[in-house]
Amino acid sequence: MSPRGRRRDEFQMVPDAHFTSYYGRPVVKAAPWTADIPAYLFLGGLAGGSSLLAAGAQATGRDSLRRTSRLGALVGISLSMAALVHDLGKPARFANMLRVAKPTSPMSVGTWVLTAYGPMAGLAGVAELRPFLPRSLRDGAVGRLLGAAGTPAGALAALAAPAVASYTAVLLSDTATPSWHEAHRELPFVFVGSAAAAAGGLGLLGASLHDAGPARRLAVGGALLELAAEHRMEQSMGLAAEPLRAGTPGRFMRASKALTAFGAVTAAVLGGRSRVAAGLAGAALMAGSACTRFGVFEAGQESARDPKYTVVPQRERLNARLGS
Amino acid sequence: MTYDPATASGWVDAPARKGFFTDTSVCIGCKACEVACKEWNAVPDDGMSFLGSSYDNTGALGASTWRHVAFIEQKKPVDLGMPSTARPGADGDGRADFRWLMESDVCKHCTHAACLDVCPTGSLFRTEFGTVVVQDEICNGCGYCVPACPFGVIDRRIGEKDTPKVGVAQKCTLCYDRIGEGLEPACAKACPTKSIQFGDLDELRERAQSRVDVLHAAGVHDAKLYGESEGDGVGGMGAFFLLLDEPEVYGLPPDPVVTTKDLPAMWKKAGLAALTLLAGAVAAFAGSGS
Amino acid sequence: MAECHPVGFQWVMEAKARGAKVIHIDPRFTRTSAVADSYVPIRAGSDIAFLGGIVKYILDNDKYFKDYVVAYTNASFLVGEGFVDSEDLGGLFSGYDEEKGSYDMSSWAYDGVDEEPAGGAGHHLGSGGPSLDPSNIKRDETLQHPRTVFQVLKRHYARYTPEMVEEICGVPPELFHEVCEAVTANSGRERTTCWVYSVGWTHHSVGVQYIRGSAIIQLLLGNMGRPGGGILALRGHASIQGSTDIPTLFNILPGYLPMPKAGDPDTFDDYLDTIRTPEQKGFWAEAESYVVSLLKAWWGDAATKGNDWCFDYLPRITGDHGTYQTAIDMNDDKVEGYFLLGQNPAVGSAHGKLQRLGMSHLKWLVVRDLNMIESATFWKDGPEIATGELKTEEIGTEVFFLPAAAHTEKSGSFTQTQRMLQWHHKAVDPPGDCTSELEFFFLLGKKLKERLADSVLERDLPLQRLTWDYSVDEKGEPSAADVLREINGRHLSGDKSGQPLSAYTEMKPDGSTAGGCWIYTGVYADDVNQAARRKPGQEQDWVATEWGWAWPANRRQLYNRASADPDGKPWSERKAYLSWDADQGKWVGPDVPDFVVDKPPSYRPPKGAAGADGLAGDDPFIMQADGKGWLYAPSGLLDGPMPVHYEPHESPVRNALHPQQASPTREVYKRQDNLSNPSGDDPGSDVFPYVFTTYRLTEHHTAGGMSRWLPYLSELQPEFFCEVSPEHARERGLEHLGWATIITARSAIEARVLVTERVVPLTMGGRTIHQVGLPYHWGVGADAVVSGDSANDLFGLTLDPNVHIQESKAASCDIQPGRRPTGPALLRLVEEYRSRAGITVETGNTLKTVKP
Ligand SMILES: Nc1nc2c(c(=O)[nH]1)N[C@H]1C(S)=C(S)[C@@H](COP(=O)(O)OP(=O)(O)OC[C@H]3O[C@@H](n4cnc5c(=O)[nH]c(N)nc54)[C@H](O)[C@@H]3O)O[C@H]1N2
Ligand SMILES: Nc1nc2c(c(=O)[nH]1)N[C@H]1C(S)=C(S)[C@@H](COP(=O)(O)OP(=O)(O)OC[C@H]3O[C@@H](n4cnc5c(=O)[nH]c(N)nc54)[C@H](O)[C@@H]3O)O[C@H]1N2
Ligand code: SF4
Ligand code: SF4
Ligand code: SF4
Ligand code: SF4
Ligand code: SF4
Ligand SMILES: [Mo]
Repeated sequence: MSPRGRRRDEFQMVPDAHFTSYYGRPVVKAAPWTADIPAYLFLGGLAGGSSLLAAGAQATGRDSLRRTSRLGALVGISLSMAALVHDLGKPARFANMLRVAKPTSPMSVGTWVLTAYGPMAGLAGVAELRPFLPRSLRDGAVGRLLGAAGTPAGALAALAAPAVASYTAVLLSDTATPSWHEAHRELPFVFVGSAAAAAGGLGLLGASLHDAGPARRLAVGGALLELAAEHRMEQSMGLAAEPLRAGTPGRFMRASKALTAFGAVTAAVLGGRSRVAAGLAGAALMAGSACTRFGVFEAGQESARDPKYTVVPQRERLNARLGS
Repeated sequence: MTYDPATASGWVDAPARKGFFTDTSVCIGCKACEVACKEWNAVPDDGMSFLGSSYDNTGALGASTWRHVAFIEQKKPVDLGMPSTARPGADGDGRADFRWLMESDVCKHCTHAACLDVCPTGSLFRTEFGTVVVQDEICNGCGYCVPACPFGVIDRRIGEKDTPKVGVAQKCTLCYDRIGEGLEPACAKACPTKSIQFGDLDELRERAQSRVDVLHAAGVHDAKLYGESEGDGVGGMGAFFLLLDEPEVYGLPPDPVVTTKDLPAMWKKAGLAALTLLAGAVAAFAGSGS
Repeated sequence: MAECHPVGFQWVMEAKARGAKVIHIDPRFTRTSAVADSYVPIRAGSDIAFLGGIVKYILDNDKYFKDYVVAYTNASFLVGEGFVDSEDLGGLFSGYDEEKGSYDMSSWAYDGVDEEPAGGAGHHLGSGGPSLDPSNIKRDETLQHPRTVFQVLKRHYARYTPEMVEEICGVPPELFHEVCEAVTANSGRERTTCWVYSVGWTHHSVGVQYIRGSAIIQLLLGNMGRPGGGILALRGHASIQGSTDIPTLFNILPGYLPMPKAGDPDTFDDYLDTIRTPEQKGFWAEAESYVVSLLKAWWGDAATKGNDWCFDYLPRITGDHGTYQTAIDMNDDKVEGYFLLGQNPAVGSAHGKLQRLGMSHLKWLVVRDLNMIESATFWKDGPEIATGELKTEEIGTEVFFLPAAAHTEKSGSFTQTQRMLQWHHKAVDPPGDCTSELEFFFLLGKKLKERLADSVLERDLPLQRLTWDYSVDEKGEPSAADVLREINGRHLSGDKSGQPLSAYTEMKPDGSTAGGCWIYTGVYADDVNQAARRKPGQEQDWVATEWGWAWPANRRQLYNRASADPDGKPWSERKAYLSWDADQGKWVGPDVPDFVVDKPPSYRPPKGAAGADGLAGDDPFIMQADGKGWLYAPSGLLDGPMPVHYEPHESPVRNALHPQQASPTREVYKRQDNLSNPSGDDPGSDVFPYVFTTYRLTEHHTAGGMSRWLPYLSELQPEFFCEVSPEHARERGLEHLGWATIITARSAIEARVLVTERVVPLTMGGRTIHQVGLPYHWGVGADAVVSGDSANDLFGLTLDPNVHIQESKAASCDIQPGRRPTGPALLRLVEEYRSRAGITVETGNTLKTVKP
């Protein structure tokens, strides 16, 4: 009986030759999270990267890029917060996260980061809506305030943005889920790379060719970082890398790599010349980023469900320590 | 000087750390512990599914199973000092040793508890007895503690809307409400064979060691302690075990490590990655004349 | 024991921790086996051969405790010349009456004892033990005379060799030898061995003889009456011991006094003579005091010497009124109404269909239970509704369901296997309309008395005059303590008038005492509820006589005089218990002596002494008429003076020992609604090639009324399953977690399959025998949290003649993969099996199978 093939309720009488488990049941529990969470990872990354782009665009006067990025950050952070809250067992108690600040809890840290970042990114994003407001509002006190707040808010959001994009890697890694935990050395780079690629991709999609240069560069750089970090990660994870290659997560990861590479190459080669190519590259990069998040997420869940990924590495570690 | 998690969490004059020594060599699999726990803590049933994994139809610890008795039917080639069936004609030479292991599993009340560490609301907290307890009213059901636990203990309760504490993370409280009144936890109280022993952790560790010595002397060489050592990856378990086989046979991780052990390194990497992103963004703009 | 008596099992674990060797003998590897030192798989229904093998080992290897055996057992007694052993008659003892299917026991008597089998045996006698005049018994203390019990025993067991044990039980000789060694090495002066059994030994057509088998071993090894020895019968429901002491049985009165039989002992004196012969030794000689006190307790002032203490008010039995006979009578429309109080026969009794169909013939049925059990709902959701055998609208039975209070909701006493009464105090009020049995019967009695108050019919006198005056509390609950007081008894006259009796020796045959159950006298001594004592163990000595109260006389170990040698000295320091203190002139020790306390070891009864005075100072078995432990039972058992291996009523195996296949005295019911599988090598027996046995799981309780309604227990074992070995599963194509259908001549049921190495195929006589294990906790109904087919639907009715217990631990069956058919198709499947096996009402029911 192969340990992989054993279903949850299947009867196992003879201990497996390679590793033993309790009726093939998981040792650790998979996170009780649904697609909301990888979506959140993606959207958070998108928002973070976009806020950086927006701040740069603001500083360098690239209006279309600024607008796209600020709005992207606004939408990204709003949806990601919705996803996050939706995934709580007791959504009404979201605010309980603000009771404490715990450095040992990436989720707590993340909450505070988001608390700092969210309103700023939101304010900056809403400021972009000013032109669309009815004249009376636009020119009233509120409108003027919005206009004035956009820039500092965007800058503050950009300050928090790198943390928004990277803390989620720790959020996953700081678990007993083998394929998340074992990824902890490279996952932050994968995630910031992915965030940069996604935000850059959005910039490519939304900004004018003229304004999109930094977005293109960020996208290509991010994509390269992501691909390189991913490669290293898979090398260093040992057995826990296996789920990244197999089944659904494997398909996500392969799609992610293909899309990211395609997007990067297209952006680099044609992105500066053709609006269509830039848009295509941008969409591919964003999709690639989303696939990365879903792939990593699902790989972790898979690694938690199969006791092999918990038992084998621990057993090897233990045997090595015991010298047997 | 042993590390006292209660003191470390800020309790002043904390009582001696409490815990369990579960001696699986005397467990008879009666499941009185499972039932007593549910009765005392008003834990709902966990579903009527026939798993047929020997006599275990509960499967695993979870939000509605805070004690779980594992049953393992084993053919073993070695002499273990445990009963064996004669199986005429079986396995060539006429006999194969067979044994039926039972183990009552529970939350380990880790010295370094990942569930507690990662809880973003402070719902999970360290009691004065050194145990780890969920505060139902504070938990927002983020579910983060679930994948954090290296033993797969804690879970978020699912069920219909009217299920008590649905959506909230649940696990053994080490009967916080009982031990605070000087009572034994319900599971230990119900255990007829003293497989579950409750008490001061220091004393339990001593008792466990002498039990192992007795078993070794009696030829049960496989007897070993699991989780009693402060040197292990979770800093020692508040609930530790005497096992007759490798931990994974019972569904326990062979070498659990609290995930937050690597957290400083993780933050460092995340910080670096964040800086990389920031730098990348700056570079993306720097490379262009506006 | 770990499965069914987990709390008691803690002491086995404790003993093991202190070095005791624990051996478990069972067809299945159970939770007990898991922690035992050694496990012996055995074919269900074959233990007599196994125990017989041990007896032979003991005798052949001179491992018996000679001093004990000579002094304390009847080994040296000579058996009469007329006795012919089963070994010489193909499996029958002398005296077998083929017509009646029973024995004339006169030839079994001791030499020189003119055995008048007074009152007969079994239910004719009650549990008082047979009476016997021992004064003329011939003895040979060298044990050499060929007719000594010792030599008779030797010859009887000569063929129970290890090879024979293997052939019958499927136990390999090495493993068998290991048990023999362990048992004998742990017996003798310095050590004792205890046998613990429960219904794995009793639910057989020869159940009583199983216990006799271990009694012989224990007597030979000197393990009776000594600390750490004995035969421990684990009981069932919490107070099942209490329900035989103060019986719910039809054939005895409280304290094991026999129930009078219609027409048999007509007069009070005749009745008393069935219990004791006036010149008899032992404590039964005082039976008159016990009976008179009982009648005084029930009829008070109305009971006078002139009217034989109202002896005539006692109902008379006319035969077997046991639960199974009654179920059969229901089917024959001989029973109008029925009370079910704390019983679920639709699921828990053998031959479920016969039970349910029987109840459908009643006019009325009262069910008092905690839950709406299957016995209360069979008329709408039982299996026979599904098959079409019963139609709800055609069932005339009026069913009254009355909710009952559980034990936590009322006070009272439990009597456990050590005969110890422990009082439990009510913890909570019963919910809703639930009431205790006590309140129910008290009110019922009051109502009946009210109705009959004006009757002038003589037949109503017993009820009119019955004392019925318990105090009630503000909620209307009668005082359980009052009842216990009545049971204890009190002085009715003299200067102690009104005071409780302190011991049954105070009971008088002259009407000056009353007492509801003589053996319980003392439980309310000093007007204190002794059963409620809870002095912690660490605050008293190891015998802990101040915890609860044990009958008789708070004695914790019966026959404990045997713990000292004939001179009154402990057999060894290690096993010291009672001893004779010459200075004080009495027996001393941590327990209450089970002996006349100041009778010295040297006492020899004068010729003709009767009662307790007739017992010598070295006659420890004081309830036996001859004061000795019986290796050989010259009377008292209906199925033989010594155990013989017979096959179960239904067995795929031919009796390897005798032409006589099964017990010639088992109670069979030749009826179209009680067909049997062909047995042994009879034609058609190959249609049912497997042995099956039934048992309990820790997670459930009996017929399920107290577990299948509770989610916490139901989830632990949610579905009915069968346990089979991997080899058996392969042979029949059974899949783990799949379904199987199990078929007998009565019915077919389905179960989930649990393939497990814990069930071992047995090799015996060159043949492999597979056994199927079935927990019997599930039943078909709509009200429980979990339900399933009932294992008891597979059984027919075959009973042990002594105690009318059903044979529910061993029978034959077929097993096939897949679910059973439903509706009428189920009946067709069973019919198909019957015709394939050629089953008629005669099949398997021929009692005598030895060919002349
Ligand atoms: N959890 C739980 N406890 C209970 C009960 C319950 O239903 N559930 N019921 C109570 C009652 S009413 C009773 S009477 C007791 C009964 O207590 P037990 O007698 O212990 O109960 P069983 O499981 O019916 O039977 C015991 C064993 O006998 C084995 N057996 C069957 N046939 C044979 C045989 O021929 N020879 C030998 N040696 N073994 C055989 C079975 O495999 C089984 O393991 O338990 C009491 N305690
Ligand atoms: N095949 C097979 N059949 C067997 C056996 C076996 O081993 N194999 N074992 C036999 C044995 S030993 C036994 S004891 C029987 C048991 O068989 P039953 O006695 O028929 O079954 P129980 O389920 O114990 O029924 C007891 C009922 O009493 C109810 N009850 C509990 N407390 C009270 C109370 O205080 N008052 C009232 N009025 N009701 C109460 C419970 O809810 C339950 O429904 O089964 C026998 N049948
Ligand atoms: S075992 Fe798991 S749930 Fe229990 S304290 Fe440790 S980490 Fe927390
Ligand atoms: S689910 Fe509840 S207990 Fe668990 S980490 Fe979240 S808030 Fe804390
Ligand atoms: S200590 Fe209390 S909460 Fe924990 S398993 Fe035991 S009974 Fe349940
Ligand atoms: S109560 Fe004790 S003996 Fe029973 S299953 Fe639990 S730990 Fe084992
Ligand atoms: S159910 Fe009651 S009587 Fe039976 S073992 Fe448990 S505590 Fe004892
Ligand atoms: Mo029973």
